[in-house]
Amino acid sequence: MSRISARLEQLASAGRKAVVPYIVAGDPSPDTTVPLMHELVAQGADIVELGVPFSDPMAEGPVIQLGHERALMHRATLRDILAMVAEFRRTDNETPVVLMGYANPVERIGYEAFAREAAAAGVDGVLIVDMPPEEAGDLTDQLRPAGIDMIFLLAPTTTDERIRKVAAMASGYLYCVSLKGVTGAGHLDVSAVAALLARIKAITSLPVTVGFGIKDAASASAIARVADGVVIGSALVERVAAATREGRSTEELARDTAALIGEIRAAVDAL
Amino acid sequence: MTTEKPEQIDYAAMPDERGHFGPYGGRFVSETLIYALDELAAAYERLSVDPVFLAEVDRDLAHFVGRPSPLYYAERWSRELGGAQIYLKREDLNHTGAHKVNNTIGQGLLARHMGKKRVIAETGAGQHGVATATVAARFGMECQVYMGEEDVRRQAINVYRMKLLGAEVIPVKSGSRTLKDAMNEALRDWVTNVDDTFYIIGTVAGPHPYPRMVRDFQAIIGREARAQCLEMTGRLPDALVACVGGGSNAIGLFHPFLEDSSVAMYGIEAGGYGLESGRHGAPLNAGLPGVLHGNRTYLMQDEAGQIIETHSISAGLDYPGVGPEHAWLRDIGRVRYEPVTDDEALAAFRMLTRTEGIMPALESSHAIAWTQKLAPTMRPDQIIIVNLSGRGDKDIHTVADLDGISF
Repeated sequence: MSRISARLEQLASAGRKAVVPYIVAGDPSPDTTVPLMHELVAQGADIVELGVPFSDPMAEGPVIQLGHERALMHRATLRDILAMVAEFRRTDNETPVVLMGYANPVERIGYEAFAREAAAAGVDGVLIVDMPPEEAGDLTDQLRPAGIDMIFLLAPTTTDERIRKVAAMASGYLYCVSLKGVTGAGHLDVSAVAALLARIKAITSLPVTVGFGIKDAASASAIARVADGVVIGSALVERVAAATREGRSTEELARDTAALIGEIRAAVDAL
Repeated sequence: MTTEKPEQIDYAAMPDERGHFGPYGGRFVSETLIYALDELAAAYERLSVDPVFLAEVDRDLAHFVGRPSPLYYAERWSRELGGAQIYLKREDLNHTGAHKVNNTIGQGLLARHMGKKRVIAETGAGQHGVATATVAARFGMECQVYMGEEDVRRQAINVYRMKLLGAEVIPVKSGSRTLKDAMNEALRDWVTNVDDTFYIIGTVAGPHPYPRMVRDFQAIIGREARAQCLEMTGRLPDALVACVGGGSNAIGLFHPFLEDSSVAMYGIEAGGYGLESGRHGAPLNAGLPGVLHGNRTYLMQDEAGQIIETHSISAGLDYPGVGPEHAWLRDIGRVRYEPVTDDEALAAFRMLTRTEGIMPALESSHAIAWTQKLAPTMRPDQIIIVNLSGRGDKDIHTVADLDGISF
């Protein structure tokens, strides 16, 4: 069983929900990422999603776009990010790590080499935002034997028929996009998410995490009532941006950013 | 499958039902947009064979755009070059001044049939933005056009034209602030407003069904040119030349000739400061396959797979990707893709203006420049058709700046 499935089963049997932070790898600098990942885990993160910076992050709102731009100022490459994961794994062999990004950097390395190198680095899951199941067959064929879960998105516009198709190809968990929009959007509608989750749960038994628009303890606990986990991205990346603007040290940046995960962990566990 | 010679390929059968041209094309978008693309593909599938819809398109192309556009024999220029006889397909004479309107009429009517009240578009030089704003005005639709902040500055006149037409121009401040970033932002808008918004993509790129749909709307160029050439000369041309940014004017001219194996085709990319400088917009000559903006194609990218900034004197060719059908036609060898530098294009702009009294767009000037090299290598009984995809009025400021003149 993958680290992801093990972690999610363990949470489910304890009646708990997964708290999943998303940060952009290499934002604002390459040496920030591993200390921040450890601090996120210390504050209660169950899975860490690492954004792979891309020049054209078309699904991202302005906050995460800027995170990608900051990371790219240091020319952080996908291979650099795999090295960050390997470094994280030296002291944390438990917490699942999911890479979330866009197709082209993976295309450049090649699917076979990417699967091999990602597995060696200790990556547990891969979510390629612009690679829907129809285009993901070849990559999934390389990742699965390497023991890496291919995470797919579901959206409010996904039909029941498609949910079936996506679930058949996915492993680990499904990432449900809470709204029609980009990351960090401000129009989260909890009852609409609940209805969508009911539709998904009627079709698949895979765990479902929800992201986009979850920004604080209140929105996280509202969503955690109906989902298996919550993903927090823009709110964290905004904290990274603020700490960077204010010239904080890496330690302070990690502490200030991860504090949000501590608040969300407490709120979600109080459900 | 054995290795096929180009003439054995069924060009009309491309792309496949999921939008693939060989390894290229496809649908690389986030999940939210799949539903909208399915809806669009289904509507297009239905309407593209509906005689009522097709008659509407034809009527607007005739009476609003002014089609057919002439096939003009450039007699003096041909004589000066001393080789093949050159004919210009005069897309510059269309309403709004370029081939772009052929496609925006088609997609605008499609949007109306699908009940969409709002259209969005991306634009670089502003030609597609103006063509979109024009049909939005004609059909009474709300229109927002995304344009890189850098291009807004460079193309102030087209920005004002769009505003006069009732469109809102939204400057894009992310990334390199040019066409590719405008397309990112339009995709972000679409994912947010997917229920009531129709995204009018201006070139033969993007996720399926756009490359096929835009090609079909632009193929009027090649169908007319083929019939006009047969009527005027009694035979098919020997060569076709068109500039390639995203590649919509080129595919529009080429596609109806693909099965005519005697017709050679040349797609001309933006060589910028020269391929060796790295500052150009020639992914088919100097790029590598990858995924951007919903399709797999040749891209200008670095070794880590980041998209790199392009350069061309013509904003319409200043794009790091290219339509997936061109990527495929390149690989199978049916079309040759060649670069032309900024300087060569500028020289061609001045030459055609003086020789034929026709001022070409700087984009089209790339095709003119290549033709100057090609024609003298051919016999006087041979024929070249060049797609004069747009008029040069919009580029007066760029050329005047180089001459040290400001208005």
